[in-house]
Amino acid sequence: MSMNSHDVATVSTPKVTHAAIDTASLGEKVSIRNLEFFYGDTRALKNINLSLYANKTTAFIGPSGCGKSTLLRILNRMYDLYPGQRATGQVLFDGENLLDASVDINLLRARIGMVFQKPTPFPMSIYENIAFGIRLYEKLPRAEIDARVESALRRAALWDEVKDKLTASGLGLSGGQQQRLCIARTVAVKPEVILFDEPCSALDPISTAKIEELIDELKQDYTIVIVTHNMQQAARVSDFTTFMYLGELIEFGNTATLFTTPRDKRTQAYITGRFG
Amino acid sequence: MAITAANSLYIRRRSRNIVAKTLAYAATAFGLGWLVLILGVLLYNGIGGLSLDVFTQNTPPPGSAGGLQNAIVGSIAMTALAIVIGTPIGVLAGTYMAEYGRHDRLASIVRFINDILLSAPSVVVGLFVYEVMVAPMGHFSGYAGSVALAVIVIPVVVRTTEDMLRLVPDTLREAAASIGLPRAHMILRIAYRAARAGIVTGILLAVARISGETAPLLFTALNNQFFSVNMNAPMPSLPVVIFQFALSPYEEWQKLAWTGALLITVTVLALSILARSLTARKQ
Repeated sequence: MSMNSHDVATVSTPKVTHAAIDTASLGEKVSIRNLEFFYGDTRALKNINLSLYANKTTAFIGPSGCGKSTLLRILNRMYDLYPGQRATGQVLFDGENLLDASVDINLLRARIGMVFQKPTPFPMSIYENIAFGIRLYEKLPRAEIDARVESALRRAALWDEVKDKLTASGLGLSGGQQQRLCIARTVAVKPEVILFDEPCSALDPISTAKIEELIDELKQDYTIVIVTHNMQQAARVSDFTTFMYLGELIEFGNTATLFTTPRDKRTQAYITGRFG
Repeated sequence: MAITAANSLYIRRRSRNIVAKTLAYAATAFGLGWLVLILGVLLYNGIGGLSLDVFTQNTPPPGSAGGLQNAIVGSIAMTALAIVIGTPIGVLAGTYMAEYGRHDRLASIVRFINDILLSAPSVVVGLFVYEVMVAPMGHFSGYAGSVALAVIVIPVVVRTTEDMLRLVPDTLREAAASIGLPRAHMILRIAYRAARAGIVTGILLAVARISGETAPLLFTALNNQFFSVNMNAPMPSLPVVIFQFALSPYEEWQKLAWTGALLITVTVLALSILARSLTARKQ
Protein backbone atom coordinates (compact mmCIF):
# COMPACT_ATOMS: atom_id res chain seq x y z
CA MET A 1 0.00 0.00 0.00
CA SER A 2 1.36 3.38 -0.86
CA MET A 3 1.28 6.03 1.77
CA ASN A 4 -0.26 9.43 1.53
CA SER A 5 -0.25 12.41 3.83
CA HIS A 6 -3.57 11.47 5.38
CA ASP A 7 -2.19 8.13 6.58
CA VAL A 8 0.85 9.74 8.11
CA ALA A 9 -1.26 12.16 10.09
CA THR A 10 -3.32 9.30 11.53
CA VAL A 11 -0.31 7.16 12.25
CA SER A 12 1.41 9.77 14.32
CA THR A 13 -1.65 9.96 16.59
CA PRO A 14 -2.86 6.35 17.04
CA LYS A 15 -6.45 6.13 18.27
CA VAL A 16 -5.58 3.52 20.85
CA THR A 17 -2.45 4.20 22.83
CA HIS A 18 -1.20 1.18 24.66
CA ALA A 19 0.46 1.62 28.01
CA ALA A 20 4.15 0.76 28.10
CA ILE A 21 4.58 -2.94 28.83
CA ASP A 22 7.31 -4.51 30.88
CA THR A 23 8.44 -7.47 28.75
CA ALA A 24 9.87 -9.28 31.76
CA SER A 25 6.38 -9.91 33.11
CA LEU A 26 5.15 -11.47 29.84
CA GLY A 27 4.79 -15.12 28.98
CA GLU A 28 6.76 -16.04 25.87
CA LYS A 29 4.48 -18.17 23.68
CA VAL A 30 6.63 -18.41 20.56
CA SER A 31 10.32 -17.79 20.36
CA ILE A 32 11.91 -17.41 16.94
CA ARG A 33 15.67 -17.95 16.86
CA ASN A 34 18.11 -17.51 13.99
CA LEU A 35 15.34 -18.19 11.51
CA GLU A 36 16.17 -18.24 7.82
CA PHE A 37 13.78 -19.01 4.99
CA PHE A 38 14.39 -19.98 1.39
CA TYR A 39 12.20 -20.05 -1.71
CA GLY A 40 14.40 -22.36 -3.74
CA ASP A 41 17.73 -20.54 -3.72
CA THR A 42 16.29 -17.17 -2.76
CA ARG A 43 16.90 -16.22 0.85
CA ALA A 44 13.66 -14.56 1.88
CA LEU A 45 14.23 -14.22 5.62
CA LYS A 46 17.57 -13.40 7.19
CA ASN A 47 18.41 -14.31 10.74
CA ILE A 48 15.12 -13.48 12.40
CA ASN A 49 15.02 -13.37 16.21
CA LEU A 50 11.70 -12.51 17.77
CA SER A 51 9.44 -13.32 20.71
CA LEU A 52 5.65 -13.51 20.54
CA TYR A 53 3.98 -13.01 23.88
CA ALA A 54 0.95 -14.83 25.24
CA ASN A 55 -2.34 -12.92 25.20
CA LYS A 56 -0.80 -10.07 23.26
CA THR A 57 -1.22 -8.95 19.68
CA THR A 58 1.92 -8.62 17.63
CA ALA A 59 1.75 -6.87 14.26
CA PHE A 60 4.16 -7.44 11.37
CA ILE A 61 4.50 -4.38 9.16
CA GLY A 62 6.76 -3.47 6.28
CA PRO A 63 6.69 -2.80 2.54
CA SER A 64 5.53 -5.45 0.06
CA GLY A 65 8.01 -8.28 -0.30
CA CYS A 66 9.67 -7.63 3.05
CA GLY A 67 8.89 -11.16 4.26
CA LYS A 68 6.16 -10.47 6.79
CA SER A 69 3.68 -12.94 5.28
CA THR A 70 6.47 -15.46 4.81
CA LEU A 71 7.29 -15.19 8.51
CA LEU A 72 3.65 -15.64 9.46
CA ARG A 73 3.29 -18.72 7.25
CA ILE A 74 6.27 -20.35 8.94
CA LEU A 75 4.47 -20.26 12.28
CA ASN A 76 1.93 -22.89 11.15
CA ARG A 77 4.23 -24.43 8.56
CA MET A 78 1.88 -23.46 5.74
CA TYR A 79 4.93 -23.34 3.48
CA ASP A 80 5.10 -27.14 3.77
CA LEU A 81 2.29 -27.37 1.19
CA TYR A 82 4.67 -26.19 -1.48
CA PRO A 83 7.86 -27.86 -2.69
CA GLY A 84 11.15 -25.99 -2.74
CA GLN A 85 10.45 -23.92 0.36
CA ARG A 86 12.42 -24.52 3.54
CA ALA A 87 13.19 -22.91 6.86
CA THR A 88 16.27 -23.23 9.08
CA GLY A 89 16.79 -22.14 12.66
CA GLN A 90 14.32 -22.58 15.47
CA VAL A 91 10.75 -21.60 16.16
CA LEU A 92 10.03 -22.66 19.73
CA PHE A 93 6.35 -23.05 20.49
CA ASP A 94 5.92 -23.67 24.20
CA GLY A 95 9.55 -24.81 24.13
CA GLU A 96 9.23 -27.27 21.24
CA ASN A 97 10.84 -26.50 17.88
CA LEU A 98 7.96 -26.57 15.43
CA LEU A 99 10.33 -26.76 12.47
CA ASP A 100 11.36 -30.28 13.53
CA ALA A 101 10.45 -32.92 10.98
CA SER A 102 8.94 -34.99 13.80
CA VAL A 103 6.27 -32.39 14.58
CA ASP A 104 2.77 -33.56 13.63
CA ILE A 105 1.84 -30.82 11.26
CA ASN A 106 -1.93 -31.28 11.51
CA LEU A 107 -1.91 -31.12 15.29
CA LEU A 108 0.35 -28.08 15.09
CA ARG A 109 -2.14 -26.34 12.82
CA ALA A 110 -4.97 -27.19 15.17
CA ARG A 111 -3.04 -25.36 17.90
CA ILE A 112 -1.99 -22.45 15.69
CA GLY A 113 -4.96 -21.30 13.63
CA MET A 114 -4.94 -18.95 10.67
CA VAL A 115 -7.26 -16.40 9.07
CA PHE A 116 -6.48 -15.45 5.49
CA GLN A 117 -6.48 -12.32 3.39
CA LYS A 118 -9.47 -13.38 1.36
CA PRO A 119 -12.38 -14.98 3.21
CA THR A 120 -12.26 -18.73 2.61
CA PRO A 121 -15.52 -20.31 3.77
CA PHE A 122 -15.77 -24.02 2.94
CA PRO A 123 -18.39 -24.94 0.33
CA MET A 124 -20.92 -26.07 2.95
CA SER A 125 -23.49 -24.62 5.32
CA ILE A 126 -22.66 -21.98 7.92
CA TYR A 127 -23.20 -24.54 10.67
CA GLU A 128 -21.04 -27.15 8.95
CA ASN A 129 -18.24 -24.65 8.37
CA ILE A 130 -17.81 -24.48 12.14
CA ALA A 131 -18.81 -28.01 13.15
CA PHE A 132 -16.44 -29.48 10.58
CA GLY A 133 -13.35 -28.32 12.45
CA ILE A 134 -14.74 -29.32 15.85
CA ARG A 135 -15.48 -32.87 14.69
CA LEU A 136 -11.93 -33.28 13.44
CA TYR A 137 -10.62 -33.50 16.97
CA GLU A 138 -13.53 -34.17 19.27
CA LYS A 139 -16.29 -36.76 19.30
CA LEU A 140 -19.17 -34.86 20.84
CA PRO A 141 -22.92 -35.38 21.07
CA ARG A 142 -24.95 -33.25 18.70
CA ALA A 143 -26.19 -30.90 21.42
CA GLU A 144 -22.66 -30.11 22.50
CA ILE A 145 -21.55 -29.43 18.95
CA ASP A 146 -24.54 -27.11 18.59
CA ALA A 147 -23.40 -25.27 21.70
CA ARG A 148 -19.82 -25.05 20.45
CA VAL A 149 -20.97 -23.74 17.07
CA GLU A 150 -23.07 -21.09 18.77
CA SER A 151 -20.29 -20.03 21.09
CA ALA A 152 -17.79 -19.80 18.22
CA LEU A 153 -20.22 -17.71 16.18
CA ARG A 154 -20.90 -15.47 19.18
CA ARG A 155 -17.17 -15.17 19.70
CA ALA A 156 -16.84 -13.94 16.13
CA ALA A 157 -19.76 -11.52 16.59
CA LEU A 158 -21.68 -13.29 13.84
CA TRP A 159 -24.32 -15.24 15.76
CA ASP A 160 -27.07 -12.62 15.64
CA GLU A 161 -26.71 -12.25 11.89
CA VAL A 162 -26.77 -15.96 11.02
CA LYS A 163 -28.67 -17.75 13.82
CA ASP A 164 -31.79 -18.09 11.63
CA LYS A 165 -29.95 -19.40 8.59
CA LEU A 166 -27.38 -21.82 9.92
CA THR A 167 -28.19 -24.31 7.17
CA ALA A 168 -27.64 -21.75 4.40
CA SER A 169 -24.38 -21.88 2.46
CA GLY A 170 -21.43 -20.04 3.95
CA LEU A 171 -20.71 -18.73 0.45
CA GLY A 172 -23.90 -16.65 0.51
CA LEU A 173 -22.66 -14.33 3.25
CA SER A 174 -21.14 -10.90 2.61
CA GLY A 175 -17.36 -10.56 2.55
CA GLY A 176 -17.17 -9.24 6.10
CA GLN A 177 -19.51 -11.94 7.39
CA GLN A 178 -17.50 -14.61 5.57
CA GLN A 179 -14.34 -13.36 7.22
CA ARG A 180 -15.98 -13.51 10.66
CA LEU A 181 -17.21 -17.02 9.79
CA CYS A 182 -13.58 -17.94 9.11
CA ILE A 183 -12.58 -16.47 12.46
CA ALA A 184 -15.34 -18.49 14.13
CA ARG A 185 -14.13 -21.61 12.33
CA THR A 186 -10.60 -20.99 13.58
CA VAL A 187 -11.73 -20.26 17.12
CA ALA A 188 -13.95 -23.38 17.23
CA VAL A 189 -10.92 -25.66 16.97
CA LYS A 190 -9.63 -24.02 20.19
CA PRO A 191 -6.17 -23.00 19.08
CA GLU A 192 -3.66 -21.24 21.28
CA VAL A 193 -2.32 -18.86 18.68
CA ILE A 194 -4.25 -17.20 15.85
CA LEU A 195 -2.42 -15.87 12.80
CA PHE A 196 -4.11 -13.16 10.75
CA ASP A 197 -2.73 -12.62 7.24
CA GLU A 198 -4.00 -9.18 6.21
CA PRO A 199 -7.50 -10.12 7.34
CA CYS A 200 -9.14 -6.84 6.36
CA SER A 201 -7.53 -6.04 3.04
CA ALA A 202 -10.56 -7.30 1.11
CA LEU A 203 -13.14 -5.69 3.41
CA ASP A 204 -14.99 -2.40 3.63
CA PRO A 205 -14.29 0.00 6.54
CA ILE A 206 -17.27 -1.08 8.65
CA SER A 207 -16.39 -4.78 8.38
CA THR A 208 -12.78 -3.85 9.07
CA ALA A 209 -13.76 -2.08 12.29
CA LYS A 210 -15.71 -5.16 13.40
CA ILE A 211 -12.79 -7.49 12.75
CA GLU A 212 -10.39 -5.18 14.57
CA GLU A 213 -12.71 -5.07 17.55
CA LEU A 214 -12.80 -8.85 17.50
CA ILE A 215 -9.04 -9.18 17.40
CA ASP A 216 -8.84 -6.94 20.43
CA GLU A 217 -11.26 -9.20 22.33
CA LEU A 218 -9.69 -12.45 21.17
CA LYS A 219 -6.33 -11.66 22.70
CA GLN A 220 -7.77 -12.30 26.16
CA ASP A 221 -7.69 -15.98 25.30
CA TYR A 222 -5.23 -16.27 22.44
CA THR A 223 -1.86 -15.11 21.29
CA ILE A 224 -2.47 -13.04 18.18
CA VAL A 225 -0.17 -12.29 15.27
CA ILE A 226 -1.34 -10.02 12.48
CA VAL A 227 0.27 -9.11 9.20
CA THR A 228 -1.00 -5.83 7.86
CA HIS A 229 -0.25 -3.33 5.13
CA ASN A 230 -2.23 -0.78 6.99
CA MET A 231 -0.18 1.06 9.57
CA GLN A 232 -3.14 2.63 11.32
CA GLN A 233 -4.50 -0.88 11.77
CA ALA A 234 -1.25 -2.05 13.32
CA ALA A 235 -1.36 0.98 15.61
CA ARG A 236 -4.97 0.32 16.54
CA VAL A 237 -4.93 -3.40 17.26
CA SER A 238 -1.46 -4.42 18.34
CA ASP A 239 0.53 -4.33 21.55
CA PHE A 240 3.81 -4.98 19.81
CA THR A 241 4.93 -4.14 16.31
CA THR A 242 7.65 -5.67 14.20
CA PHE A 243 9.00 -3.67 11.29
CA MET A 244 10.52 -5.79 8.54
CA TYR A 245 12.45 -4.74 5.50
CA LEU A 246 14.05 -6.85 2.73
CA GLY A 247 13.77 -10.06 4.72
CA GLU A 248 15.27 -8.61 7.86
CA LEU A 249 13.68 -7.74 11.15
CA ILE A 250 14.58 -4.08 11.59
CA GLU A 251 12.78 -3.13 14.72
CA PHE A 252 10.56 -4.72 17.33
CA GLY A 253 8.91 -2.87 20.15
CA ASN A 254 5.94 -1.65 21.99
CA THR A 255 3.53 -0.42 19.31
CA ALA A 256 3.09 3.06 20.78
CA THR A 257 6.84 3.50 21.12
CA LEU A 258 7.62 2.17 17.67
CA PHE A 259 5.17 4.50 15.99
CA THR A 260 6.10 7.59 17.98
CA THR A 261 9.83 7.25 18.55
CA PRO A 262 11.27 4.66 16.16
CA ARG A 263 14.92 3.92 16.79
CA ASP A 264 15.85 2.89 13.26
CA LYS A 265 15.90 5.41 10.43
CA ARG A 266 14.27 2.89 8.05
CA THR A 267 11.37 2.37 10.44
CA GLN A 268 10.92 6.07 10.69
CA ALA A 269 11.07 6.45 6.92
CA TYR A 270 8.42 3.75 6.47
CA ILE A 271 5.96 4.92 9.07
CA THR A 272 6.19 8.50 7.90
CA GLY A 273 5.47 7.36 4.36
CA ARG A 274 8.80 8.06 2.73
CA PHE A 275 8.83 4.60 1.16
CA GLY A 276 6.62 1.58 1.01
CA MET B 1 -8.10 19.79 -34.09
CA ALA B 2 -11.35 18.33 -32.88
CA ILE B 3 -11.93 14.73 -33.83
CA THR B 4 -15.11 14.37 -35.87
CA ALA B 5 -16.93 11.46 -37.49
CA ALA B 6 -15.37 12.59 -40.77
CA ASN B 7 -11.89 11.67 -39.53
CA SER B 8 -10.51 9.42 -42.27
CA LEU B 9 -8.72 7.04 -39.89
CA TYR B 10 -11.89 6.66 -37.91
CA ILE B 11 -13.99 5.98 -41.02
CA ARG B 12 -11.59 3.28 -42.15
CA ARG B 13 -11.56 1.68 -38.71
CA ARG B 14 -15.32 1.75 -38.55
CA SER B 15 -15.80 0.16 -41.95
CA ARG B 16 -13.30 -2.56 -41.13
CA ASN B 17 -15.22 -3.21 -37.95
CA ILE B 18 -18.46 -3.61 -39.91
CA VAL B 19 -16.81 -6.07 -42.33
CA ALA B 20 -15.35 -8.15 -39.47
CA LYS B 21 -18.64 -8.20 -37.61
CA THR B 22 -20.55 -9.28 -40.69
CA LEU B 23 -18.09 -12.11 -41.38
CA ALA B 24 -18.32 -13.31 -37.76
CA TYR B 25 -22.11 -13.35 -37.86
CA ALA B 26 -22.10 -15.12 -41.22
CA ALA B 27 -19.71 -17.82 -39.93
CA THR B 28 -21.89 -18.36 -36.87
CA ALA B 29 -25.02 -18.62 -38.99
CA PHE B 30 -23.27 -21.05 -41.34
CA GLY B 31 -22.20 -23.31 -38.46
CA LEU B 32 -25.52 -23.19 -36.68
CA GLY B 33 -27.34 -23.68 -39.97
CA TRP B 34 -25.90 -27.15 -40.47
CA LEU B 35 -26.76 -28.07 -36.91
CA VAL B 36 -30.36 -26.99 -37.37
CA LEU B 37 -30.46 -28.84 -40.68
CA ILE B 38 -29.18 -32.06 -39.07
CA LEU B 39 -31.70 -31.81 -36.26
CA GLY B 40 -34.44 -31.00 -38.76
CA VAL B 41 -33.68 -34.00 -41.00
CA LEU B 42 -33.46 -36.26 -37.95
CA LEU B 43 -36.80 -35.07 -36.64
CA TYR B 44 -38.43 -35.28 -40.07
CA ASN B 45 -37.27 -38.85 -40.71
CA GLY B 46 -37.19 -40.18 -37.20
CA ILE B 47 -40.26 -38.85 -35.45
CA GLY B 48 -42.65 -40.77 -37.70
CA GLY B 49 -41.26 -44.07 -36.47
CA LEU B 50 -41.46 -43.09 -32.83
CA SER B 51 -44.04 -45.21 -31.04
CA LEU B 52 -44.33 -47.40 -28.00
CA ASP B 53 -43.24 -50.35 -30.16
CA VAL B 54 -39.78 -48.83 -30.45
CA PHE B 55 -39.28 -49.41 -26.74
CA THR B 56 -41.14 -52.72 -26.36
CA GLN B 57 -40.25 -54.66 -29.52
CA ASN B 58 -36.90 -56.09 -30.48
CA THR B 59 -35.10 -55.46 -33.75
CA PRO B 60 -37.11 -57.21 -36.48
CA PRO B 61 -35.96 -59.53 -39.23
CA PRO B 62 -36.00 -57.88 -42.66
CA GLY B 63 -39.42 -57.14 -43.97
CA SER B 64 -41.36 -57.07 -40.72
CA ALA B 65 -42.14 -54.49 -38.07
CA GLY B 66 -40.33 -54.20 -34.77
CA GLY B 67 -38.60 -51.88 -32.33
CA LEU B 68 -35.27 -51.13 -30.78
CA GLN B 69 -35.78 -52.50 -27.26
CA ASN B 70 -32.78 -54.86 -27.29
CA ALA B 71 -30.52 -52.17 -28.74
CA ILE B 72 -31.64 -49.58 -26.18
CA VAL B 73 -31.16 -51.99 -23.28
CA GLY B 74 -27.76 -53.06 -24.63
CA SER B 75 -26.64 -49.47 -25.03
CA ILE B 76 -27.74 -48.56 -21.51
CA ALA B 77 -26.07 -51.64 -20.00
CA MET B 78 -22.74 -51.14 -21.77
CA THR B 79 -22.70 -47.38 -21.20
CA ALA B 80 -23.48 -47.85 -17.50
CA LEU B 81 -20.74 -50.43 -17.03
CA ALA B 82 -18.28 -48.27 -18.96
CA ILE B 83 -19.04 -45.33 -16.67
CA VAL B 84 -18.72 -47.56 -13.58
CA ILE B 85 -15.29 -48.71 -14.78
CA GLY B 86 -14.04 -45.42 -16.22
CA THR B 87 -15.23 -42.86 -13.68
CA PRO B 88 -13.28 -43.98 -10.60
CA ILE B 89 -10.09 -44.40 -12.63
CA GLY B 90 -10.58 -41.05 -14.33
CA VAL B 91 -11.44 -39.16 -11.16
CA LEU B 92 -8.52 -40.67 -9.24
CA ALA B 93 -6.03 -39.97 -12.03
CA GLY B 94 -7.34 -36.41 -12.36
CA THR B 95 -7.02 -36.01 -8.60
CA TYR B 96 -3.43 -37.19 -8.72
CA MET B 97 -2.59 -34.65 -11.39
CA ALA B 98 -4.36 -31.70 -9.78
CA GLU B 99 -3.59 -32.38 -6.12
CA TYR B 100 -0.63 -34.67 -5.53
CA GLY B 101 1.42 -34.50 -8.69
CA ARG B 102 1.12 -30.81 -9.34
CA HIS B 103 4.86 -30.28 -9.28
CA ASP B 104 5.85 -33.73 -10.57
CA ARG B 105 7.23 -34.41 -14.00
CA LEU B 106 5.14 -37.58 -14.07
CA ALA B 107 1.95 -35.50 -14.00
CA SER B 108 2.90 -33.56 -17.11
CA ILE B 109 3.79 -36.81 -18.87
CA VAL B 110 0.45 -38.32 -17.87
CA ARG B 111 -1.34 -35.16 -19.03
CA PHE B 112 0.38 -35.36 -22.41
CA ILE B 113 -0.51 -39.03 -22.88
CA ASN B 114 -4.04 -38.40 -21.68
CA ASP B 115 -4.48 -35.67 -24.28
CA ILE B 116 -3.36 -38.10 -26.97
CA LEU B 117 -5.83 -40.67 -25.70
CA LEU B 118 -8.51 -37.98 -25.65
CA SER B 119 -8.17 -37.45 -29.38
CA ALA B 120 -7.34 -41.03 -30.36
CA PRO B 121 -9.66 -42.36 -33.09
CA SER B 122 -12.23 -44.58 -31.42
CA VAL B 123 -11.75 -47.29 -34.03
CA VAL B 124 -8.22 -47.75 -32.67
CA VAL B 125 -9.66 -48.26 -29.21
CA GLY B 126 -12.03 -50.88 -30.66
CA LEU B 127 -9.20 -52.74 -32.35
CA PHE B 128 -7.12 -52.60 -29.18
CA VAL B 129 -9.85 -54.15 -27.06
CA TYR B 130 -10.50 -56.71 -29.79
CA GLU B 131 -6.86 -57.72 -29.55
CA VAL B 132 -6.64 -57.88 -25.74
CA MET B 133 -10.12 -59.17 -24.87
CA VAL B 134 -12.19 -60.50 -27.75
CA ALA B 135 -9.45 -62.59 -29.38
CA PRO B 136 -8.26 -64.29 -26.14
CA MET B 137 -11.84 -64.88 -24.96
CA GLY B 138 -12.78 -66.27 -28.33
CA HIS B 139 -16.04 -64.36 -28.67
CA PHE B 140 -17.53 -60.88 -28.82
CA SER B 141 -19.14 -59.68 -25.61
CA GLY B 142 -20.88 -56.84 -23.83
CA TYR B 143 -17.98 -56.76 -21.38
CA ALA B 144 -15.52 -56.08 -24.19
CA GLY B 145 -17.83 -53.33 -25.46
CA SER B 146 -17.96 -51.75 -22.01
CA VAL B 147 -14.18 -51.87 -21.66
CA ALA B 148 -13.75 -50.20 -25.06
CA LEU B 149 -16.19 -47.47 -24.03
CA ALA B 150 -14.46 -47.12 -20.66
CA VAL B 151 -11.16 -46.48 -22.44
CA ILE B 152 -12.89 -43.56 -24.14
CA VAL B 153 -14.46 -42.36 -20.86
CA ILE B 154 -11.23 -42.26 -18.87
CA PRO B 155 -9.38 -39.42 -20.66
CA VAL B 156 -12.51 -37.26 -20.71
CA VAL B 157 -13.04 -37.67 -16.97
CA VAL B 158 -9.33 -37.27 -16.18
CA ARG B 159 -9.26 -34.00 -18.07
CA THR B 160 -12.38 -32.47 -16.56
CA THR B 161 -11.54 -33.65 -13.04
CA GLU B 162 -8.09 -32.10 -13.24
CA ASP B 163 -9.38 -28.87 -14.75
CA MET B 164 -12.17 -28.54 -12.19
CA LEU B 165 -9.91 -29.26 -9.22
CA ARG B 166 -7.43 -26.70 -10.51
CA LEU B 167 -10.21 -24.12 -10.41
CA VAL B 168 -10.52 -24.65 -6.66
CA PRO B 169 -8.48 -21.78 -5.23
CA ASP B 170 -5.33 -22.63 -3.30
CA THR B 171 -6.54 -20.35 -0.52
CA LEU B 172 -9.31 -22.87 0.16
CA ARG B 173 -6.72 -25.66 0.38
CA GLU B 174 -4.66 -23.54 2.75
CA ALA B 175 -7.74 -22.77 4.84
CA ALA B 176 -8.46 -26.50 5.14
CA ALA B 177 -4.84 -27.15 6.09
CA SER B 178 -4.95 -24.30 8.61
CA ILE B 179 -7.43 -26.14 10.82
CA GLY B 180 -5.27 -29.24 10.68
CA LEU B 181 -7.07 -31.16 7.96
CA PRO B 182 -4.84 -33.84 6.41
CA ARG B 183 -4.49 -33.59 2.64
CA ALA B 184 -6.59 -36.64 1.78
CA HIS B 185 -9.47 -35.27 3.86
CA MET B 186 -9.04 -31.86 2.33
CA ILE B 187 -9.42 -33.37 -1.14
CA LEU B 188 -12.37 -35.58 -0.20
CA ARG B 189 -14.32 -33.13 1.86
CA ILE B 190 -13.37 -29.69 0.57
CA ALA B 191 -11.89 -29.84 -2.93
CA TYR B 192 -14.34 -32.45 -4.31
CA ARG B 193 -17.22 -30.56 -2.79
CA ALA B 194 -16.09 -27.30 -4.36
CA ALA B 195 -15.52 -28.96 -7.74
CA ARG B 196 -18.48 -31.35 -7.61
CA ALA B 197 -20.65 -29.72 -10.27
CA GLY B 198 -17.75 -29.58 -12.71
CA ILE B 199 -16.69 -33.18 -12.14
CA VAL B 200 -20.25 -34.46 -12.54
CA THR B 201 -20.51 -32.41 -15.73
CA GLY B 202 -17.40 -34.14 -17.04
CA ILE B 203 -18.94 -37.54 -16.35
CA LEU B 204 -22.19 -36.54 -18.08
CA LEU B 205 -20.23 -35.33 -21.09
CA ALA B 206 -18.40 -38.67 -21.14
CA VAL B 207 -21.77 -40.45 -21.18
CA ALA B 208 -22.84 -38.23 -24.06
CA ARG B 209 -19.60 -38.95 -25.87
CA ILE B 210 -19.83 -42.76 -25.64
CA SER B 211 -23.56 -43.09 -26.24
CA GLY B 212 -22.98 -42.40 -29.92
CA GLU B 213 -19.79 -44.40 -30.42
CA THR B 214 -20.06 -47.08 -33.09
CA ALA B 215 -16.56 -48.10 -34.10
CA PRO B 216 -15.36 -49.41 -30.70
CA LEU B 217 -18.48 -51.55 -30.39
CA LEU B 218 -18.27 -53.08 -33.87
CA PHE B 219 -15.10 -54.92 -32.88
CA THR B 220 -16.08 -55.78 -29.33
CA ALA B 221 -19.79 -56.18 -28.57
CA LEU B 222 -20.65 -56.77 -32.22
CA ASN B 223 -24.44 -56.98 -32.37
CA ASN B 224 -27.32 -59.24 -31.50
CA GLN B 225 -30.71 -59.42 -33.17
CA PHE B 226 -32.26 -60.74 -29.98
CA PHE B 227 -32.85 -59.44 -26.53
CA SER B 228 -29.91 -60.21 -24.25
CA VAL B 229 -28.74 -59.04 -20.88
CA ASN B 230 -25.88 -61.51 -20.84
CA MET B 231 -22.84 -59.26 -20.93
CA ASN B 232 -20.60 -62.22 -21.66
CA ALA B 233 -22.25 -62.61 -25.06
CA PRO B 234 -22.52 -60.38 -28.12
CA MET B 235 -24.72 -57.41 -27.31
CA PRO B 236 -26.74 -55.05 -29.47
CA SER B 237 -26.41 -51.29 -29.17
CA LEU B 238 -28.17 -48.34 -30.77
CA PRO B 239 -25.20 -47.03 -32.76
CA VAL B 240 -24.34 -50.43 -34.25
CA VAL B 241 -27.99 -51.13 -35.07
CA ILE B 242 -28.23 -47.73 -36.76
CA PHE B 243 -25.07 -48.52 -38.72
CA GLN B 244 -26.43 -51.88 -39.84
CA PHE B 245 -30.02 -50.79 -40.53
CA ALA B 246 -29.20 -47.52 -42.26
CA LEU B 247 -27.04 -49.33 -44.82
CA SER B 248 -29.64 -52.04 -45.43
CA PRO B 249 -32.02 -52.03 -48.41
CA TYR B 250 -35.08 -52.65 -46.20
CA GLU B 251 -37.40 -49.74 -45.61
CA GLU B 252 -38.48 -50.81 -42.08
CA TRP B 253 -34.85 -51.06 -41.02
CA GLN B 254 -34.00 -47.67 -42.49
CA LYS B 255 -36.93 -46.13 -40.65
CA LEU B 256 -35.81 -47.69 -37.36
CA ALA B 257 -32.29 -46.38 -37.96
CA TRP B 258 -33.63 -42.84 -38.23
CA THR B 259 -35.63 -43.29 -35.05
CA GLY B 260 -32.59 -44.67 -33.23
CA ALA B 261 -30.49 -41.74 -34.40
CA LEU B 262 -33.15 -39.36 -33.12
CA LEU B 263 -33.17 -41.14 -29.74
CA ILE B 264 -29.39 -40.85 -29.35
CA THR B 265 -29.39 -37.21 -30.39
CA VAL B 266 -32.16 -36.32 -27.96
CA THR B 267 -30.35 -38.18 -25.15
CA VAL B 268 -27.07 -36.41 -25.85
CA LEU B 269 -28.87 -33.08 -26.06
CA ALA B 270 -30.61 -33.72 -22.72
CA LEU B 271 -27.31 -34.71 -21.08
CA SER B 272 -25.60 -31.60 -22.40
CA ILE B 273 -28.40 -29.37 -21.13
CA LEU B 274 -28.25 -31.10 -17.74
CA ALA B 275 -24.47 -30.64 -17.63
CA ARG B 276 -24.83 -26.97 -18.56
CA SER B 277 -27.46 -26.30 -15.93
CA LEU B 278 -25.29 -27.98 -13.29
CA THR B 279 -22.34 -25.69 -13.99
CA ALA B 280 -24.58 -22.67 -14.45
CA ARG B 281 -26.13 -23.15 -11.02
CA LYS B 282 -22.63 -23.35 -9.57
CA GLN B 283 -21.78 -19.91 -10.90
